[in-house]
Amino acid sequence: MITALLLFWPALAALLVLLIKGEGAKKVAFIATLVEFAIALFAIVNFVPDATTQFALDMPWVERAGIGFSIGMDGISLLMVLLTTFLVPLIVLSSFKHDYKNPHVFYALVLFMQTGLIGVFVAMDAFLFYFFWEVALIPIYFIAAIWGGARRIPVTFKFFIYTIFGSLFMLAAFVYLYFQTAGTELAAHSSNVNAFYQLTLDSATQSWIFWFLFLAFAIKMPVFPFHTWQPDTYTESPTQATMLLAGIMLKMGIYGVLRWLLPVVPLGVSQWADLVLVLSIIGIVYGSIIAIRQRDMKRLIAYSSIAHVGLIAAGIFTLNEQGLQGGVIQMLSHGINVVGLFFIVDIIFRRTNTREISNLGGITQTTPALSIMFLTLLMGSVALPLTNGFIGEFLLLSGVFQYNHYFGAVAGLTIILGAVYMLRMFQGVMFGTKSEATEGFADLTFHEKAVLIPLVIMVFWIGLFPNTFLSISEPAVGHLLSIINR
Amino acid sequence: MISIILLSGFGIINLFVGFLKSKRILLPLSLLFLAIVFGINLLDWNDTKSYFDNMITIDNYAVAFTGIMVLSTLLMLPFTQHYITRNDENIGELYALILFSLVGAIMMVSYNNMLMLFIGIEILSIAMYVLAGSDKSSMRSAEAALKYFLMGSFFTGVMLFGIVMVYGATGTFNISEIAGSAEALGTGGANNVMFMLGVLIIIIGISFKISAAPFHFWTPDVYEGTPTVWTAYMSTVVKTAGVAAFYKLMDAAFAASYPAWMPTLVAIVVLSLLVGNIGAVVQQSMKRMLAYSSISHAGYLLMTLLAFNEFSTSAVLFYSFAYSTASIAAFGVLHLVAKQRGSEKYEAFNGLGKTNPLLAFAVTVAMLSLGGIPLTAGFFGKFFVFSALVENPDMMWLIVVAVILAAVGIYYYFRVVIAMYLHPVAEDHTPIKSTSFINVMLIIITALTILLGIAPALLSGVL
Repeated sequence: MITALLLFWPALAALLVLLIKGEGAKKVAFIATLVEFAIALFAIVNFVPDATTQFALDMPWVERAGIGFSIGMDGISLLMVLLTTFLVPLIVLSSFKHDYKNPHVFYALVLFMQTGLIGVFVAMDAFLFYFFWEVALIPIYFIAAIWGGARRIPVTFKFFIYTIFGSLFMLAAFVYLYFQTAGTELAAHSSNVNAFYQLTLDSATQSWIFWFLFLAFAIKMPVFPFHTWQPDTYTESPTQATMLLAGIMLKMGIYGVLRWLLPVVPLGVSQWADLVLVLSIIGIVYGSIIAIRQRDMKRLIAYSSIAHVGLIAAGIFTLNEQGLQGGVIQMLSHGINVVGLFFIVDIIFRRTNTREISNLGGITQTTPALSIMFLTLLMGSVALPLTNGFIGEFLLLSGVFQYNHYFGAVAGLTIILGAVYMLRMFQGVMFGTKSEATEGFADLTFHEKAVLIPLVIMVFWIGLFPNTFLSISEPAVGHLLSIINR
Repeated sequence: MISIILLSGFGIINLFVGFLKSKRILLPLSLLFLAIVFGINLLDWNDTKSYFDNMITIDNYAVAFTGIMVLSTLLMLPFTQHYITRNDENIGELYALILFSLVGAIMMVSYNNMLMLFIGIEILSIAMYVLAGSDKSSMRSAEAALKYFLMGSFFTGVMLFGIVMVYGATGTFNISEIAGSAEALGTGGANNVMFMLGVLIIIIGISFKISAAPFHFWTPDVYEGTPTVWTAYMSTVVKTAGVAAFYKLMDAAFAASYPAWMPTLVAIVVLSLLVGNIGAVVQQSMKRMLAYSSISHAGYLLMTLLAFNEFSTSAVLFYSFAYSTASIAAFGVLHLVAKQRGSEKYEAFNGLGKTNPLLAFAVTVAMLSLGGIPLTAGFFGKFFVFSALVENPDMMWLIVVAVILAAVGIYYYFRVVIAMYLHPVAEDHTPIKSTSFINVMLIIITALTILLGIAPALLSGVL
C-alpha cells in the first residue's frame, strides 16, 4: 500500500497543481513533494533489511496475458525511491526564485515525472517497468523543450528520439523474454521480474538480448559512445530539468542494468562485460578530458557526469559485491552532488548572467556561505575522504581493480582528472580578482540555503556513516549476485 | 445481421430526410441511427449464427469489429458539423452514403463466402469514391475521386480474378470449404499453381484496399484531395474493415498454405513500413504525413497475419481501434485548422497549444498514440502486434525493423507536437473556432485513448 501511495500521490498532486493558477502552484507542489518524502521516510522506518521485496502490491493488469501491476521495493529500490523523494522537493524549492511562464503546468509536469521515476524504481513487472520508463520521459521532454534555452527545440528533440529509439529495443527484448517464461495456470506466460529471473536461455540468445537491453540503458545513463545527446540537453534545459535528468533520471539507466539486465541475462553479461568496461572506462577518461577543456560551467558539470557515470557502469559490470554496492551508493552520492552543483551554477548565473568561467572570479570575497557549500559539494564530487563521493568511488574502484588490475588503474584516473577539472573550475569562478560580472555578488538567500544545507548534510552523512545506506542495499545486492551466479 | 438490415434502412431514411436539407436534423439523426446499430450489434455477442446459406456468419469476431467500426463512425461524424456548409444541396446523400458504406464494411468482417467479401468491398468502395469527390468546388477532390475510382475498380477486378482462380482450384467460394479443399490438394494447396496464383492475386487486391506498399501509390494523393472528414473515415473504418477481412480470409481459408504466401506478405509488410515511415518524414503537409503514416500502420497491422495465435486476433482488434481513435482526433482537428487557417502544413498548427489548449492536447495524445508511446492505446496496439509475432523466432528480424521504423515514426509525429507547443503563434492567427459538441467528442476520444493505454484489458480481453 505504501508503494502505491508513493506512486500515485505525485500524479494526484499534479492534477491538483494544474488547477491552481499563478504563484500558488509552486507552494502546493513543494508541500506535495514534502509529503511524498515523508511517505518514503515512513517506508524506510518500516523496512526490514533483508533481500525480500517489501510493501508489495500485485494486481492483474492484462490478466489473460499474465501481465501484472506488480510493485514493491527491495533495498535497492528503496534507496532509489529515497533519493528521488529527497531530491524532488529540493529541486522544486530551487525554482522558487524563477518565474517560469505557466507555473502550474511546469510544476504539474515535475510531479507527474516523479510518478514516472518512482514507478521505474518500484515496478516488479517488465512491462510495467517499460511503461513507467516512457512515462517519465514525456514530462521531462516538455519541461526541457518549453522552458529551455535558445537551442532547446532541436536539442531536446534529439534527446527524445535517441532515448525512445533505445527503449524500443528494450521493449522488443522484454517481449521476447516474456514469451520464454513459464507462466502460471491463469496465463501462458508471465512478465513478472521473478519469472524473468528464472529464465535459462542459451548463451547465443542471451548475447543479443544483452545488446537490446544494454542499448536502452546505455543511452539513458549515458555510456560512451551513446552520450552525444547529453551535454547539449543538460546545457539547454532549464536548471530544474537538468537536475531531474542528471540527479535522478540517469539513475533509471543504472537501476535498469541492476534489475533487468544483470540477473536476466548473466551469460550475455559475462560475454560482453569486458567490452562494456572498456567503453565505460573510455567514457571516464573522455568525459574528464573534455570537462577540463570546457569554459561553460554547466557543460563542464555535464561532461563530469559522463565520467562519473562511466565509473558506476564499470563498477556494476564487474559483478562483484564491492562493485555493485559501490554503484548503488555512488548513485545516491552522484545524485546529491550533481543537483547541488547545478544549483550553484544556477545561483551564479542568475546573479551574473554568465556561466563562462573566464568571466567570473573572486566570488569568495563576499560569499562565505556559498563558498563553503560549493567547496563541500565539489569535494564530494572529486571523492575526498569523509565525503560521500569517496565511499562510492573507493568501492567502485576496488571492484574494478578486482576484476582486472589494468582496468582498475586506468579507471583510477577519474580521481586525478576529476580533481583537475573541478578545482580548475572552482579556482576560476571563486578565487582570483573580481570581474565585472561578479562585482557586488550577494551571498546565499534563505531559499538557496534551504536547498543547499540538506545536500551538504547528506554529503557528510554518506561520507561518515555509509553503513546507514549500505546496510539497506546489502541483502538485495547479495540476492542479486546469487541470481547472477546461479 | 440485424445491423446490416437496419443500416440499409436507416440509409434510405436519411435519403428521404435529405429533402429537408437540414444538417440540424440529419447529423443527430445519423448519430442516433449509429447508436442504435451499435447497441443492437452487441446483442449478437456469444451467439454465432449463419445467414443466407452460410454466406454470412455473425460470430464474436464480426460483432467486435462491427462494434469498433460503428463506434469510430460515431466519433468521426460530429466533425462533419463544420464541413457541410458550402455544398448543402447534398447532405442527405452524404449521410446516407456513410451508412451504406458501413453496411459494406460490416459484410467484410462477417462474410463466410468470397462473393460476400467481394460485394462488401464493392459497397464500401463505391460509397467512398463518391465521398472522395464530394467537394465539388475543389479540383483536388475531383482528382482524388477519379484516381481512387480508376485504381480502385482496377484492383477490385484483379481481386475478382484471384477469387475465380481459387474457385477454379477448389470448386467453392465458401472460405471454410476452401480450407478443406486446399487440404485435399496436398501441402495446403501450395503446390497447385492455380490455387496459389489466386491467393497471391487476392493478397494484392486487398493490399490495395488497405493501402499497403507497393500498392499504396494512390494513398497520398487521394487522402490529400478527399475532404478531410472523409479522409478520417477512409483511414479508419475502411482500413479496419480491410484488415479484418484480410485476417479472416488468411486465417480461415489459406492458413494451410502459409509457408507459400508468407514471403510475399513479409515483403508487403517491410515495404509498407519503409515507404510509410520514410515517406512521412519528408512531408511538409500534415495531411500527407498522416497519409504516409497510414501506409506504415497498414504494415504494422499486417504483421499480425504472419502469426495466427491467441494474441493475433485481439492484436488486430486493439490496434485497429487504437489507430482509429487517434486518426479521428488527428484528422478532426486538422479539418478545423485547415479550414480556418487555409493550410494543411505543420506551420498551421503553430502555437495551437496556446490558442486552443484542448485541441492541442487532443492532437498530442493522438500523436503519442500513433507513435506508440505508453499511457496511450497505441502503445498497447504495437505491443500486442509485436507479442503476436514474437512467438515465431524466425520473425525477430522483422520486429527489429519495425522497432527501428517506429522510432522514425516518433520523429514526424512529434513535429506536430513541437509546432503546437514550441513555436510561437503567428500574429494574424486567431484561436481556432470549435463547437462545444466537437470539444466533447474530442474529450471522449482522448479519454478513450488514455483509458485503453492504462487498462488495455478492457478491449484486448474481448476476443
